Amino acid sequence: MSAPATYRQPVSRLWWLKKPTYLLFMLRELTCVFVAWSVVFLTMFVYAIGRGEAAYRRFLDWAASPVVVVVNLVALAFLVLHTVTWFALTPKAAVVRAPRAGRRVVATKMVYVAGKVRPAATVIQVGGRVPGAAVIAAQYVGLVVVSVFIAWLVLR
Amino acid sequence: MIKRRLAPFQWLLFSGGGVMAAVFLPILVVLFALAIPLGLVHPDYGYLHAIFSFWLTRLVVLGLFVLMLFHWAHRFKYTLIDGLRLAHAVETPLGVVCYGAAILGSVAVLLVVLTV
Repeated sequence: MSAPATYRQPVSRLWWLKKPTYLLFMLRELTCVFVAWSVVFLTMFVYAIGRGEAAYRRFLDWAASPVVVVVNLVALAFLVLHTVTWFALTPKAAVVRAPRAGRRVVATKMVYVAGKVRPAATVIQVGGRVPGAAVIAAQYVGLVVVSVFIAWLVLR
Repeated sequence: MIKRRLAPFQWLLFSGGGVMAAVFLPILVVLFALAIPLGLVHPDYGYLHAIFSFWLTRLVVLGLFVLMLFHWAHRFKYTLIDGLRLAHAVETPLGVVCYGAAILGSVAVLLVVLTV
């Protein structure tokens, strides 16, 4: 007795080239490579600052060479893709609830039901899940605040 | 068993690093990788040195960069596995390589931050 043969559709290693949405998924996943590159570059920047002004100038000369500038421009494009896709996914990954969300009793009265007088309350729902668009907008506000602060700190 | 215990921490580091990269990296790259090397802005060396040797900056830089490295480790592992349709057997060794690189990178960042 052998196990029944199950057919598996072979999938090409280049499956992510088949549809634009697959390609966008792959580009989104590849943003992590540029996150890592940027961390390496910025760490080298901090290291150069720690080695003295001459080392810092040499680092800036290297960083201004065409190859490095092109790599960093490509990195910036991928980082923007990371930011946009990450912010867009957040409301799907996390449910944000309004503070003090819940049910509130707004009115009570006595009603006559099935031969008895009973209390009845009018209850409304307050708050609840914050809409996805608001969560996304709040993240962009955070991005702008952080960016303006860092630019102000470095350039003042 | 170990994998199950590690998974929540890996996810926490991945998502924490993802948030930090999304919020902090664009402005840092615009300033330090493009505007300053290309001479568009000219912050004074002594001033930059003062900023980066301030204890709070060191702490923030360390925290941000370590989280981002672990974000890379998690995502890069699955980019390779899904993108190249790698066999299930390579998942553990690939994870060791990616997280090992993130740990080594974190140690390097720590040393740089301590000596700046």
